[in-house]
Amino acid sequence: MKFLPLVWRSLWRRKLRTVFTLLSVIVAFTLFGVLMAIRAGFSAGITVSGAERLVMLDKVSMINALPLRYRAQISAAPGVADVTNANWFGGIYQDPQNDFAKLAVDAASWLRVHPEFVVPETQKQSWLADRTGALVGVETARRFGWKIGDRIPVQGTIYRAADGRPWEFTIDAIYDSAEGAADRTQFFFHQAYLNEALAPGAYGRDEVTFFLIKVAEPRESEQVASRLDAMFDGATPQTRTATEKAFVSSFANQVGDIGALMLAISGAVLFAILMVIGNTMAEATRERTSELAVLKTLGFGDARIFALVLAESCVIALSGGGLGLLLAVAAIAFVGDPTSGMLPPVHLPAADVVRGLALIATLGVMAGLLPALRARQLRIVEALRSR
Amino acid sequence: MLVQILAVTAMNLHSIRQRLGSAAVAVFNIAGVVVVFVAVLSIAEGLRNLGEAGDPDLALVLRAGSDTELTSGFYMQHVNAIAEAPAVARDQGEALASPELLVILNVPLRRNGIEAQVPLRGVLPVAFKVHRRLSIVAGRNFTPGRNEVIVGRAAQRHYAGLEVGSTIRSGPTRWDVVGVFEDDESAAEGEIWCDARVAQPVYNRNNSYQSVSVALTARSQFDTLKDALMTDPRLTVTVMRQSEYFAEQSRDLQRMVRGIGLVITGLLALGAVFAAVNTMYSAVAARTREIATLRALGFDGLAVAVSVLVEAVLLGAVGAGIGGALAWLSLDGFQTSTLNFQMFSQVAFRFAVTPVLLWQGLLCAVVLSLIGGALPALRAARLPVIEALREL
Repeated sequence: MKFLPLVWRSLWRRKLRTVFTLLSVIVAFTLFGVLMAIRAGFSAGITVSGAERLVMLDKVSMINALPLRYRAQISAAPGVADVTNANWFGGIYQDPQNDFAKLAVDAASWLRVHPEFVVPETQKQSWLADRTGALVGVETARRFGWKIGDRIPVQGTIYRAADGRPWEFTIDAIYDSAEGAADRTQFFFHQAYLNEALAPGAYGRDEVTFFLIKVAEPRESEQVASRLDAMFDGATPQTRTATEKAFVSSFANQVGDIGALMLAISGAVLFAILMVIGNTMAEATRERTSELAVLKTLGFGDARIFALVLAESCVIALSGGGLGLLLAVAAIAFVGDPTSGMLPPVHLPAADVVRGLALIATLGVMAGLLPALRARQLRIVEALRSR
Repeated sequence: MLVQILAVTAMNLHSIRQRLGSAAVAVFNIAGVVVVFVAVLSIAEGLRNLGEAGDPDLALVLRAGSDTELTSGFYMQHVNAIAEAPAVARDQGEALASPELLVILNVPLRRNGIEAQVPLRGVLPVAFKVHRRLSIVAGRNFTPGRNEVIVGRAAQRHYAGLEVGSTIRSGPTRWDVVGVFEDDESAAEGEIWCDARVAQPVYNRNNSYQSVSVALTARSQFDTLKDALMTDPRLTVTVMRQSEYFAEQSRDLQRMVRGIGLVITGLLALGAVFAAVNTMYSAVAARTREIATLRALGFDGLAVAVSVLVEAVLLGAVGAGIGGALAWLSLDGFQTSTLNFQMFSQVAFRFAVTPVLLWQGLLCAVVLSLIGGALPALRAARLPVIEALREL
């Protein structure tokens, strides 16, 4: 520890180079953090709990609807703890660019099945009581500056109001989530409001896009899913049931190559840049051979010299890398999603922060190891003679 | 002055050999930026090309307020009203207006076996007169009235089990694949086509369709058609050119890809500037004596500064060349498909490394190098001659 000032001094021997090397390390690790956050976004919050929730869709195509009457049969089935339903509403708020998911749901059961939603009790009650009310994610509310009580017009696309005018909703409640990776952009309203506006026989009338089923025992999710599908095997339409996790990840997998490719290329470049930075850092000690020889002459032992040189690269890696990761976290929190809402919530998973720290340690050690070894083996006479 | 600049620059470039390591770092960083820039944007360009691939002689009619076929819907009486409009091309008296049905099927992706949403388009025989560029390249067309389908070239490439002679199962329904078609690289090549009249009862669509594709009598007649349809009291529709529609469909995907691309390249670019600064500083430092000597001989500070910038830009250009070539060789024409959230289904496309992209990459490299070289150039120009020489 008492040699820290010495390490510090050697680092600032060539100020500009150290500053710019440090900046490169910061940028590299900011990039690392951002890449990992984008990766988490592409894998579509597979971290979403949802192990105990099943999604049931029409077997042929997810745009086909299932009859609402299935609900009674589902909730009576063994292994099912609760069930709720939703209709994908589509719809445009002001501009097609203003994307966020709008779902017509059965409010009471929807809230029961989503215990992670954080909604103030008074807001919850007023939503449940208001036929045209809506529950909206905190991020969407912030994005459009919505307040409780605001009237929101949404132009129907899949579902048209009889007179062709926009559907009107009142913001009754705003939800946040107890989970970091959760989607806070969705917009929920009452399925009853939608249903009664539709003509008998119209698409969506007494029909739902999907059922969300809570199983009693998460370990038995798969069995419950196949039992449910078997139950409707002879009926029309047939169903397809999978865990919410599998459902979300199948979407993520469909995005496919392009996400993987962008990340692979950027990752490769980042890795190569780290090597280059390591090399620059190593070079900085190589220049100081004669200085190290002088230190050895003054009585610094081999081990101490080794530690001194290694400490230098580790200080740069740690300070630059640490700052870089912090910046990444800050950027993701304040600037937000670079895809303007296309990916589900972008956040930096804790596992990736740990990976980043490991990478920082690797950079520090790898960049310092060779020069440190060389410094340890340095023969004073030869090093001084070459001057 | 120019002579001075040339002389100093030539000298600098000669000495690069002694500073190969640090020069390589600058080249390398710029190459990295350009690779990522070109690679990511080639995805966006590829998606944009889908729009360009639209047939300019075709118009697409949707229900008013719909921005995709999925949310649109017509009955036969609407289709007939559209077919009567002026500017609709005719073939032996038959109006070239093709009502089309769109269903989404689950078909496994070849690359990972995951079931993907693939568009199944139900059409009537008139469709093959409207989509004039479409042609069968293997097998035969489907026979009306039978459970047969033809698959697009790209669809066959990306999904498993679409070979001619195989069968697609969709719930209780089976579709026999009887042929493969191409359509001038348009998005249709990622679809499966069948007889609309067979698909309607299977997918509970009664007598409804989702869109009507119209062949125009002439490209310039689009507005005539649009005006006629918009003022027809029997219809409330949106009319657009097919190319516009294709472009609109991949808008969100393009936005996402560009957004990610810009964030990543932005950060890489920042890193490259720092690397360039380091390289050029060490270049100036290594030549302190030379520069001081030159100054003492009467060379102008500006000439020295410009020479540093020229070197930086040359290194950047080499990096851009390497990066651009790498991206072009490995990614141009790369074929893949992705999930288009707007369409709720897969869209097949190929990466496009265009000359414009390469040019932008080069431009970006030059700008970054200039920024990186500016400070070191300033230092070189301001070098205190006496002190620098005293160090000798």
